[in-house]
Amino acid sequence: MGIEQFIFYFFALVMVASATMVITVRNPVQAALFLVLTFFSCAIIWMVLEAEFLAIVLVLVYVGAVMVLFLFVVMMLDINIDRMREGFIRYLPFGVLVGLLMAGMLISVVGSVNFGLDKFAEPARHAADYNNTRELGLVLYTKYVYPFEIAAVILLVAIVAAIALTLRRRPTTKYQKPEEQIAVKRDDRIRLVSMNSEKKK
Amino acid sequence: MFEWVETIFSSLPQGVQTMTFIIMKIVAITLPLMLCVAYLTYAERKVISYMQVRLGPNRVGPKGWLQPIADAVKLMFKEIIIPTGSNKYLFLISPVLAIAPALAAWAVIPFDDGMALADVNAGLLYVLAVMSVGVYGVIIAGWSSNSKYALLGAMRSAAQIVSYEIAMGFALVGVLLAAGSLNLGDIVRAQSGSVVHWFWLPLFPLFIIYFIAGLAETNRAPFDVSEGESEIVAGFHVEYSGMAFAVFFLAEYANMILISALASIMFLGGWLSPLQGILPESVLAVPVLGDVLGSGIHWLLLKTAFILFFFLWMRATFPRYRYDQIMRLGWKVFIPITIVWLLVVGLLVLAEVGPWWNAV
Amino acid sequence: MNFETPNIIPAIPEITLLSLACLILVVDLFVKQENRIITYLLSQASLLIVFLLTLFTFTTETQFTFSNTFVRDSMSDVLKLGVYISVFIVFLYAKDYLRQRDMFKGEFYVLGLFGVLGMMILISAHNLLTIYLGLELLSLSMYAMVAMQRNSKAGSEAAMKYFVLGAIASGMLLYGMSMIYGVTGSLDLAEISQKVAEVSDQKLTIFGMVFLIVGIAFKLGAVPFHMWVPDVYHGAPTSVTLYIASAPKIAAFAMLMRLLVDGLSSLQPHWQDILIILAIASMGIGNIVAIAQGNLKRMLAYSAISHVGFLLLGVLTGQQAGYAASMFYVLSYVLMSLGSFGMIVLLSRKGFEADNLADYKGLNERSPWAAFMMLIFMLSMAGVPPFLGFWAKFAVLKEVVAADSLLWLAVVAVIFSIIGAFYYLRMIKLMYFDKPEDTQAITADLDLKVALSTNSLMVLGLGLLPGGLMALCIAAIAH
Repeated sequence: MGIEQFIFYFFALVMVASATMVITVRNPVQAALFLVLTFFSCAIIWMVLEAEFLAIVLVLVYVGAVMVLFLFVVMMLDINIDRMREGFIRYLPFGVLVGLLMAGMLISVVGSVNFGLDKFAEPARHAADYNNTRELGLVLYTKYVYPFEIAAVILLVAIVAAIALTLRRRPTTKYQKPEEQIAVKRDDRIRLVSMNSEKKK
Repeated sequence: MFEWVETIFSSLPQGVQTMTFIIMKIVAITLPLMLCVAYLTYAERKVISYMQVRLGPNRVGPKGWLQPIADAVKLMFKEIIIPTGSNKYLFLISPVLAIAPALAAWAVIPFDDGMALADVNAGLLYVLAVMSVGVYGVIIAGWSSNSKYALLGAMRSAAQIVSYEIAMGFALVGVLLAAGSLNLGDIVRAQSGSVVHWFWLPLFPLFIIYFIAGLAETNRAPFDVSEGESEIVAGFHVEYSGMAFAVFFLAEYANMILISALASIMFLGGWLSPLQGILPESVLAVPVLGDVLGSGIHWLLLKTAFILFFFLWMRATFPRYRYDQIMRLGWKVFIPITIVWLLVVGLLVLAEVGPWWNAV
Repeated sequence: MNFETPNIIPAIPEITLLSLACLILVVDLFVKQENRIITYLLSQASLLIVFLLTLFTFTTETQFTFSNTFVRDSMSDVLKLGVYISVFIVFLYAKDYLRQRDMFKGEFYVLGLFGVLGMMILISAHNLLTIYLGLELLSLSMYAMVAMQRNSKAGSEAAMKYFVLGAIASGMLLYGMSMIYGVTGSLDLAEISQKVAEVSDQKLTIFGMVFLIVGIAFKLGAVPFHMWVPDVYHGAPTSVTLYIASAPKIAAFAMLMRLLVDGLSSLQPHWQDILIILAIASMGIGNIVAIAQGNLKRMLAYSAISHVGFLLLGVLTGQQAGYAASMFYVLSYVLMSLGSFGMIVLLSRKGFEADNLADYKGLNERSPWAAFMMLIFMLSMAGVPPFLGFWAKFAVLKEVVAADSLLWLAVVAVIFSIIGAFYYLRMIKLMYFDKPEDTQAITADLDLKVALSTNSLMVLGLGLLPGGLMALCIAAIAH
């Protein structure tokens, strides 16, 4: 077994194991952390595929930003695990049945019988000066410029939607208005009063 | 004298040889780095005390030079207390999570032309990704401590770091746009010429934003709300003691050095000498003088030290930001500025404005 | 790599709409709440502009651009025109409803326009990527619109269900796409179609196709992927239900055509079987469960499910005429659906939703014209001649009968449509033969009344003269 196979199998194993932990572990924070581990292993597998840009962006975006915000929310929630587990046993047989059925079908279809090296040739290895970022950029801005632009619009809609759903003006909240604070003049705050000093009697 | 070492070494398999080399390189980077961290704490105390007209540490060793060693020894012999009700594994693993990214990012830093542990294509992206992972140490520490103050500190820190990462990322996109490469070595090479060729000039707003975002990313004053000793005791590491605390401390200072080194690489020409383009070739040919005045690792270290001084200066000068002001600054000021400046840089590159982007 | 600037002329309507939507987004920021009508007028104007643009550049030949990720043909143009008209009507109907409920905000219109853009992209997609992205753009806008009424528990619940189930469906669709890509090595629909035909072992492609159909069936709301439809129709504000129940059906039809007919035509015998099951289940469950509903929005939701069943009938024949019949069906259904949800808007007023069947008791006594309009919509939906709905059902059934060995399916469809007639007729009985419980006068603005009357007369008029629309559909599919 070459080092590449070793890396692949090792991290594939870690990925599957941690993905399983995500759904079985009791504590939601730990589940989120296992998800982080899953992303990491996935990134490494992509790295083995010579997709370095995607691997690093996966870490940057999902691990570095998305999961942090996710943890941020999960930590503040007080989730009652026991209540969520109600009915778990009741649906377990059915769930296991569906799961096994799906897994069986997927293995029979996606396995090496259909996607083995005899069906699809091994992709050519890139030369040492291959630059994944550059190659991606080249197709992204030429061949796939239309999907790329649509993706940008989707992000815009996501921003609009998120703001529309969360922005509410509460009249009771006291807002700071820095521009007003800065614009304050001396005369707005201070009033000099000239008083006659008190006479000693 | 070392022939027997060589014979043993060459008899090892190729893979082991490479591994050994890499590990030796890692040690060669990490050990001096740790030493720098120790003396950075000393420098910080000295600089701040002079700014405040005090003497600073002056008892341990001559002029207090041994103070960091004494501190280290003290922390090493302290007990690590694990709070009740805390999540033990996460509690102990979080200092490691804090320091590992701070060290891992050094893998792609070029110290001199071609002198980097890993000269990867997407170096800039790698640095950004690794630094973004550093926040986990803080969050998990805060959550696993089972303490209100720690959790509050972690929350503040998480929101702050994620927010400033965007501004920082955009600032780095400007650098990438200017240099046309993600490779840190190429970025430095793109700045060669003279001091004017360095990117601090065309990317000045991004340079400033990068530096301030760097302050926020490392939770340094005036953005240290996650520690905020006057409000939430010591924030996320309030429950830590002994070496566990020391590791957080090391991580913070290692991150500071990393940010400074990156700033000097991306905006101040890395290992390039500031005298480049001024001195005639004949001076550079002089044996010792030429090496000192010509480009080399010492210039990178000097520039890093220069920026580190700014870190300390900031701490001595500014009062702490309030939390909502931090958010406002990050989202409403920095991000718009970086986006506008990205546009400007794009136009400058497109118009091939000299001396940075002269048509070849 | 040489970069040729793509020919953007075929995509001018999309580009224009995107620019206008962004413009409205910015303008809306500076408009005071009392002048919000400006946003509304601008949105309607932009729909009008793209309508005219598409109309004047109407094409009878197939044009590809953006490296074949974008296609424009007659079918896409006709469907896009249908989308513009229906969204225009939605905005018109929704205006007063939104005002009365403090929901008259720019976001509704901006999201609505972005949804239209998503539908246009979906309709003109010629690549798995564009199909998926267009679908996501449309869905994302709709999720947000459903959740817009933040203080309504039903609305939030509906949005949540829609979002979670929609995400699962998108995942299924993506999985299917990845399988198809794995086999053919291409994302382009024409290439996929060509390569799939060459593949000897169809196991993999069929596996991928099943996942694709799951995704489409979810978006259409076909049984057994219909769970979200009643809850979302019911929970969403009626203004949004109007939107969801109309134009996206056209887009979903286009997606069905693009993926199955353009992409996987060589698998027609296989997807025919699946679509038959979906169609029968949709017609059956839709029509039978609708009888038990006491809420008009829910009833119309189940009726929508049953109509989707009919829509699938035309496509599953695998014939050009069948596709045209389905296209005719979807366009007529959208018109009827707009009208019947428009009636709910018409009868609702501040603080009152006219969405219970009991609210329609004795409508004839309160307003004979409103009752008559509702009569037209209900009879048309039931498929009674001479209304539009009859011709839609007729066209589809004719094609099913014409296809080999599908006569039994036509019989089943007729039986279910007779069962379905029961609840439409019950509505008419409530309106004409029961005493009114609610005696409040119907207050609605003139534009709403005029538009709704036009809508109902269109259902009647097109029912009397269905030839033009039918010919248009046949011509659009043939090109």
